[in-house]
Parts: sequence; structure tokens; C-alpha cells
Amino acid sequence: MANYDIIFLGGGPAGYVGAIRASQLGQTVAVIEREGLGGTCVLWGCIPAKALLESSHIANRLKHAAEFGVKVGDITLDYGVAMKRSRDVSIKNSKGVEFLFKKNKVTWIKGTGVLGAGKSVKVTTADGKSETHTATKAVVIGTGSRVRGLPQAGLELNKTTVISSDEALVLEKAPATLAIVGAGAVGCEFADVLNAFGTKVTLIEVMPRILPLEDEDASAEVARAFRKRGIDVLAATRLSGTKVGKDRVTMTVEVSGEKKELVVDMVLVATGRAANVENIGLKEAGVQLDDRGFIKVNEKLETTAKGIYAVGDVAGPPMLAHKGEREGIVVAEIIAGAHHHPINYGNIPNCTYCYPEVASIGFTEAQCKEKKLDYKVGKFPFSANGRARTSGETEGFVKVIRDAKYGEILGAHIVGPHATELIHELLVARQNEFTVEEIDLAIHAHPTLSEAIAEAVLDSMGKMIHA
Amino acid sequence: MATKVFMEALSPTMEEGRLVKWNMREGDVVKSGDVLAEVETDKAVMELVARGDGVLRKQLVTEGATAPVGSLVGVIGAAGEDLSALLGGTVAAASATAAGGAPASAPTTPSAPAPAGPIAVPIAAPAAAPASASTSKSSPLARRLARESGVDLAAMAGSGPGGRIIKRDIEAAVAGGGAQSAVSTVHRPPSTVSDFTDQPLTLIRKTIARRLAESIGPIPTFYLTAEFDMTRTAEMRASLLEQGEEYRVSFNDIILKATATALARYPEVNAHWLGDKIRFFNRVHLGMAVATDDGLIVPVIFDADRKGLRELSAESKALAGKARARKLTPEEYTGSTFSVSNLGMMQIDEFTAIINPPECGILAIGALEDKPVVINGALAVRKRLRITMSCDHRVIDGAIGARFLQDLRRMLENPLMLVF
Repeated sequence: MANYDIIFLGGGPAGYVGAIRASQLGQTVAVIEREGLGGTCVLWGCIPAKALLESSHIANRLKHAAEFGVKVGDITLDYGVAMKRSRDVSIKNSKGVEFLFKKNKVTWIKGTGVLGAGKSVKVTTADGKSETHTATKAVVIGTGSRVRGLPQAGLELNKTTVISSDEALVLEKAPATLAIVGAGAVGCEFADVLNAFGTKVTLIEVMPRILPLEDEDASAEVARAFRKRGIDVLAATRLSGTKVGKDRVTMTVEVSGEKKELVVDMVLVATGRAANVENIGLKEAGVQLDDRGFIKVNEKLETTAKGIYAVGDVAGPPMLAHKGEREGIVVAEIIAGAHHHPINYGNIPNCTYCYPEVASIGFTEAQCKEKKLDYKVGKFPFSANGRARTSGETEGFVKVIRDAKYGEILGAHIVGPHATELIHELLVARQNEFTVEEIDLAIHAHPTLSEAIAEAVLDSMGKMIHA
Repeated sequence: MATKVFMEALSPTMEEGRLVKWNMREGDVVKSGDVLAEVETDKAVMELVARGDGVLRKQLVTEGATAPVGSLVGVIGAAGEDLSALLGGTVAAASATAAGGAPASAPTTPSAPAPAGPIAVPIAAPAAAPASASTSKSSPLARRLARESGVDLAAMAGSGPGGRIIKRDIEAAVAGGGAQSAVSTVHRPPSTVSDFTDQPLTLIRKTIARRLAESIGPIPTFYLTAEFDMTRTAEMRASLLEQGEEYRVSFNDIILKATATALARYPEVNAHWLGDKIRFFNRVHLGMAVATDDGLIVPVIFDADRKGLRELSAESKALAGKARARKLTPEEYTGSTFSVSNLGMMQIDEFTAIINPPECGILAIGALEDKPVVINGALAVRKRLRITMSCDHRVIDGAIGARFLQDLRRMLENPLMLVF
């Protein structure tokens, strides 16, 4: 039973970052979190998945080691070891957040919280005790989201043959055959990982192409790379006749009118996540949801109940850790009465960490067409980039879409080595309204992958040098 | 590890605080959350709370002294911990002065050139500072757009970080040329989830603001006075009272109700001037000036336009009582979108009230009086009331203010409109 200025319900990226910022601003802060600090990102998402992708990247690189004059003996792959390493990385990161809490005097209340009267939260602690804590200024909901199955296609999660990313992250060994339903970032990343560990992967997407939210060129490039590595990529595909057995799943896949039977050991459902809005007392507190099931917030991140705010996945898409973190920071500043800048939701990068990596900001070319914008495209392939050739990673490209008249960066799409790092040059440029000309004027070091950005920019002005 | 105790911003507008009383003596053991001292802010007496555990080692501000927000007022540390380095480096920042002007008895160290450590409780930074004309900052894209559209960057203030002129500022300036009528529409903006709509300044608004401020002072104010016939309002009030004491409302309550109703129709009047933009509110939060023994304070009736006369009357009575008892919390006296000041009970015929920035207008209500007036060529005795509206001309143009008063007159002269 204690009073705090601010109570955060949920210790994921939105909640824990917001709590630290609030504490920096002199607020007394508690975070109610039942699992580990860091949320889905640290424990069941970004971090462990990237650790596994590093394993698959090493496995794929070693296949070409001999070309580099490095001869290795027989390669054995052990998903169990890769999995345990990824768990260790997660736990270390979670402990890191615990350390940050101590450093910043943020109290972690281990338990499950439910909104109570006023700005109070009833907590059932890990050892079953019940206690109530009260916020004098605000309660911030950051309960995140969870995996969900696809019952309408007969794919209810059962944790053995129909699994989500949660289970895939703790598999002891890679299955012989796997169908992944949903080819967004999560689906593509697990396709990459399990393919590298010897699983025969079928990647199924109902939309006309994999990574459906990315630029068409990016989708095509990844599909080509995946097929080359033996992943069966099925886009514009319908599922029917799903039969879930004890050790296998049978289903009928229909691609352009052609039906075929698919039998796999496991199905990984990666079709999206549901907001965690149940059993936290939202209705009683007067917190309303929008028609998609997220908590309704205004531009101050305030819900329909006075003094209650919401941040991160539960407050609506895009469901990205970095979007949640920023909302956490801004909500802390709003509540503490500090100066804050509005969140630019139009310039949030999307990153997929399969190989080749995919990263993008702003509009796709199709969106520019749809909006009838007058635009020009510049594109430069990594196959013409010196640094990419030295490392033998020449798949992919940089594509820059600019306004025809003023040179404003409308969108940027990178597929290839370290794309998720490279995108930030364009992100900062776009945030600060640099045009393609300013990017060109900045002298890029040679030889670097970043030169591909400078060349793509030049191409958009019809002045490309190296291709 | 020692914890510095800072003068905290205990109210949104607080810039300094007077330390009324130390609740803890030097040497007392304190826990995080304990009340260390009572601090008088610009509006109320609030508690300063410990942000760390230990012993209150130092009181750096004496009772009765004033210290700016963010300055060091004390130190919590372990008993016996050496604080000399800490104090040597930071006392300079605590420029405390006693209430009477005599220097505070805070210890000073002459050899203290080290800068103060990072302040854990920073003062809320001011909104984006306007760019200075000579080095007006702008984004490359904004410069290109400006060149094309002939917008003068030197004449504008940007809405980006640090007052940087960005794309949306140019777009707003260009739109301002052709779509100026958007500013003077009399309709309520479309209702959204949002409590307000920010509109970056159009060029014409910016020019009006600059020129008028040069002429008259930081807030170019003009005044509109009108005499209202309150006979029907008086009749309404009397007939309500006939229904019983619980239907008693004051004239001021009825004026508040009418003002709130009119404000909901005039977003230009129900607005804040924010330097680089005007914030039009979609909700009406009415400030009512209350005289207290310590001076003026303006508690707020939130969503006044949506409240009935009974609710409004009860709330205004409660707020006035709390104000006089100095029991108002900061939430109760911040956030008003427009204010009303009434000196009628002091038999003031008419007066001009000072705008409470960033609000853009205030009504000054005079005394209700029986006066002879000519109606249809015959002399009659009517209840008359003079209201003067102070308007910030950067936001409210004369015609808008006049129309607002016209609407107010219609309602107060035909008070049945208030129930419509």
C-alpha cells in the first residue's frame, strides 16, 4: 500500500522507458509487472528472435566460408543450443532493466494489476497477496499485446503442433517440416531461422506478396532470396481443410486456383497480435476501446478516463517497441508537466531482421501512386557497391522516393546487409526535412554500404555514378 | 550516496517557492516520501517531499526564504557522509533570498567555481522559442517551399524544435493567404476526440500580432463595453426562487452560464495565444476571478458549457469558498480557456479587467442597477448591467468580439435561450 506520483501497469518497452523518464523528471514511480522487466520485446520478441537470427546468419555464412579461403569441417546445427543462448541474452537484457530501475529509483511491484477506484491499482503479487497502490497524478496502461491463433482457419494455438512465436522461441530442436502462416516480419524472421537449421519451411501469405506492408520491390527481393535458399514461398494463398493432429497438421493450400495438400510437423501462426485489454478493469474505470480493440487515446495519450493514460501496443498500432518507448517518454513528460515534442507517427522505421534485412520509412511507391504524388525514384543495387562485394553480401538495394519538385524524401526502402542500421541516415534526414540534395552534399565514406544511399539519392536526380 | 533536495515545481506555473516551514530538522532521519517542508507556491501551500532515504544533513534555505524552482534547498545523506564536494559545487546555484530581502543564512563557499550538477527536477522548458529574425532557423525543405511560394522566412516563427521553421509552417503561411476565412468562421470546429485544435499562425495573423504588439505592449488589448437589459433575467431568477430555496442562483451564475454557452459558439474567443500558434479549444473551461485576502485567484469551472445552472451555481460557490480558504489544488486553478471577473457586488459601474494569458479575453461585469431607459418612446425603469470585454487583438478581431457580445446580450436579455 503506497502512494506514487505515477503507476505504470506493464513493464515492457513503453512502461519501463516511461518509468525511467518520469523518475528523471522527479516523479515517484512504480511499475507493476508480473513476468520479467522488458516485456515481449526483451523476453518474447525483438531480442531473442534477433539472437536466433544471428545463429542462422552464421550458419548461412559458413556455407560460403570456403570461397573466402576459410575451410571448416562438417557443420552441425543444434537449434537447442541456439535457443538457450537466445534465452540467456533475453534474461541478461531483462536484468539490465532491473538494474536501470534500481539506478533510477523506480519500484518494481511484481504482480498482476487491475485498475481500481480513483487512480488506484489492485495488485495480486506473485506470492498471492493482495495490495492496493494509489497514483496521485496518473496511471499509465502499457499492458502490451499477445500472440493469437487463427481459429477461422482451424488453427487454434495448442503449443505443440500449432504454435506461435512464443513456443518457437523455446523449441528444443528444429522440426523437420514447418508451415508458417503469415509472412510479415515475424513470419519471415522465423522462416529464415528454421530454414538455416535444416527445417523444410513453407511460408504462406494470404496477401498477394510476402511482407505485404513493405514496398513491392522489397517483397520481391526477399521472396527471391528465400526461394534461392529453399524456402517454399506461397503468396496469394488460401488455406482450407485444416486437420490438426497430435504430431502433424494437414491442410489444403490453394494458389492461383491450384489446390494441393500440405502435411507438416508444425504450423507457426504469425498473423498478428491482440491487445491485452482483458481483466485489467478497463470498463469499470471508464476506459473505452476503439473499434479494433485497442485503448482509445487522444494526442496526449490520455484515455477516456481522466488521469489514466495508455502507451505502446495496447494504445494502437504500429505495434513496435520503438513506438512504445517514445510514447512512454512523451507520456512521462506530459504527466510531469515538462516540455515535450509531439510524436511523429509518420516517420517510424519498420525493420525485418531476416537475411536480407528489410528496413523502410515513409511511403511505398504504390502509396505515392495512390496519393497521386509527383515523385521520382532512385535505386541502387548492393551488387554495384564495393563494400557489399568485399563481404560477399550483394543481395538487395537502396530505393529512395523523392518529391519531384522539392526533393522531399517521401519514402525510403532498403533490402540488404545491415539495412536496419543503414535506414537511420535517411530517417534522420527525413525527420529534419533534408532533401535528397543535402544527402548528396554530405560526403559519404568509401568503401561503405552507406554509399549505396548516396548513389540512390543521385539516381533520383538522374546523376548516379556507379551503376 | 547523498540525495539533493530541490525546490520542485509544485504547480504548473510556479517559478519560485517560499519555504514556509521545515518539518524536519537537520539530523532527522527521513524516508523517501516524508514531508520535508511546506512550500508556498504562487497559488497555495504545498508539501515538499523527500526523494531519497537517509538523514536530513543540510537545510540550505531558511524558513521564510524564497528559492527558484530547481535550486538546491537541502541535502539528504548518510550520517557522517562527507558532503563538502557536493555543497561546494552546488550552493552557488541556490540563490536563495530571505523574504525581507536580507541574504539567507545558506552556507556559502567562496571557492565554488564548479558548475552545479545536473538538476534532477528540471523546470519545464518553455515552448519553442521564436527564432530570431537575423538567424531564423529553417529546414532545407522549408526554404525550398518558401522560395517557391514567396513566403518571407525572416518574418515568421517556426513550430519545429527550437523555433525551426519547417514544412508545416510554410504550408500554413501559404494557406493563410487564401483561406483566411477559416479564422473568422463563427462555427464550432468539428468535434473530435481532441480537446482543442492548434492552428499555426497565418501570415496575416502574424503581421497583425507583431504590429499591434509594437504599438501597445505585449498583449495588444482593446475593450468593448455594452449595457445589457437584465430585466428578464431578473424575472427569471425571481420566479426560480419562488419554487424554493434550492432554486436560488445568483446573477453571476446566470452570466457564467450565458458566457459559457456563447464561448462554445466562438472558438476564436475561447482560445489561447501560444506565441507560434493559436489553440482553439473544443471545451469550455471558465475561469472565475475570486478576491481572497491574499489577492486574486481564478479557479476554473471545467466544461462549463455542458453544465446546468444548478451544477454551475453549486460549483462556483464551492470553488469560491475553497479559494478564500486557500484550499484550491493546482488542478482547480489551471486550465481555464476564458475568464470572467465580477465587481458588481462592490458597486463598480463598469471596469476593464486584465487578460490572464495565454487566454485571449476576459469579461468585466459591473453592478446591476435600476435605470431609466427609453423603450418605444416611453420612459421605463429597467435593470441594466454593463459588461466590458477585454480582447487580445492578436487573436480576437473587433468584429468577432462584438458578435460574441451580441450573442451574450441575446441570451441575457432572453434568458429562456439558455435552456434551448
